[in-house]
Amino acid sequence: MTPFVQIITRDVRLAFRQGGATMLVVVFFVLTVTLFPLGVGPESAILQRIAPGVIWVAALLAAMLSLDRLFQVDFEDGSLDQLALAPLPLELVAAAKCIAHWLSTGLPLLVISPLLGVLLNLNGEAYGALLMAMAIGTPSLSLVGAIGAALTVGIRRGGVLLSLLVLPLYIPILIFGVGAIDAALVGLGESAHLFVLAAILAAALPLAPWAIAGALRLNLE
Amino acid sequence: MVNWHRLANPTLFLKWSRRILPWAAVATVILLGYGLYLGLFVAPPDYQQGDTVRIMFVHVPSAWMSLFAYSVMAGASAAGLIWKSPLSHLTAKAAAPIGASFTLIALVTGSLWGQPMWGTWWVWDARLTSVLILFFLYLGYMALWQAIDDYTRAAKSAAILALVGFVNVPIIKFSVDWWNTLHQPASVLRLDGPSIHPTLLTPLLVMGVGFTSYFIVVLLIRLEREILARQAQTMQRAQARS
Repeated sequence: MTPFVQIITRDVRLAFRQGGATMLVVVFFVLTVTLFPLGVGPESAILQRIAPGVIWVAALLAAMLSLDRLFQVDFEDGSLDQLALAPLPLELVAAAKCIAHWLSTGLPLLVISPLLGVLLNLNGEAYGALLMAMAIGTPSLSLVGAIGAALTVGIRRGGVLLSLLVLPLYIPILIFGVGAIDAALVGLGESAHLFVLAAILAAALPLAPWAIAGALRLNLE
Repeated sequence: MVNWHRLANPTLFLKWSRRILPWAAVATVILLGYGLYLGLFVAPPDYQQGDTVRIMFVHVPSAWMSLFAYSVMAGASAAGLIWKSPLSHLTAKAAAPIGASFTLIALVTGSLWGQPMWGTWWVWDARLTSVLILFFLYLGYMALWQAIDDYTRAAKSAAILALVGFVNVPIIKFSVDWWNTLHQPASVLRLDGPSIHPTLLTPLLVMGVGFTSYFIVVLLIRLEREILARQAQTMQRAQARS
């Protein structure tokens, strides 16, 4: 097993174990979505209308919630220093961390989102768009969010700051993610929005690990 | 011992900026005064918008400046990361609150104009939303500076954030061309020439230059403060050590 894959499996295993991030994130996601019918009332027409946005906003917050664990734990127990000293470039370590974060948060969110769609009376033809948008959009959430996590890793009580840094950068993903589902709902075809999401991912995939590694190096000095 | 090598460059800058500052300040007063006179008294009311068109003379230049200040910030941040020049990070830090203020002015004046013209204070269209994101990016940038005590770490972290957020600038600039939104498309910087009548365009451009000049004045003042604060800190540390 190469070191790259080892980091991924280690992080994913840690996340799925008891007390790991995955359970928390999924519960948070479902709970947040559950709050909306209670808040805006149970009329199915309204819920149907707001379902894409609610699911995306909840997914975004859930992904963000797990970000401060991404580097913080490794930073505190010193394993981040070890990873930085390892022969594997820190950029690849960062990429592996992002992949592990997506596998342990983005993927479970993706799997559970159709169920939440059903709960919110989302229309039948929107599920393909929902799954595709989540599949292309959530990796970008992990990549972009990891930049914020790396920047705030040494800061005490960095959680609030992290959300201030990351949420503005998440907005384009939210807009096009919801746009894809809405377009599918009115029969316009979701591909244009999905292409933009894919473009964001294509830009974030090579650039984000670079920025993450830069930020981590700063904080490890 | 004070690190004189690091101070050498800023000292030269201070000498320079003190020479430029009075001229830039005078230019700002004249340009803004002349621009406001042209905009408020000389320019005719628009045939559709009436006198509300005059909001444009503040709104459009501050929107330009909000992007310009972020570009200065990102450029200085990149320079600081690449060449490690001591003034770059301070320039970026000094530009951020000015840019944030211009962004806020653009948002508020746009909202004041939108109420009579569009019938609403706010719409979630691409241009307005992306400018709002720009405002939050400024806030995040300033918060990151505040949150980290160590100067070098704060400077470099903030620089990385500024560069990541720079993606938003072209999105804002072209949002009105890419998306069909309520906000009107570009009417000054166009390939086929401005589509605004000269009587409205002249005060707009004068105000634009005036706002830029104002930006330079405030940037120089803020930068001077930052440099002096850094120097005071360095000297205090040197004293404490000896």
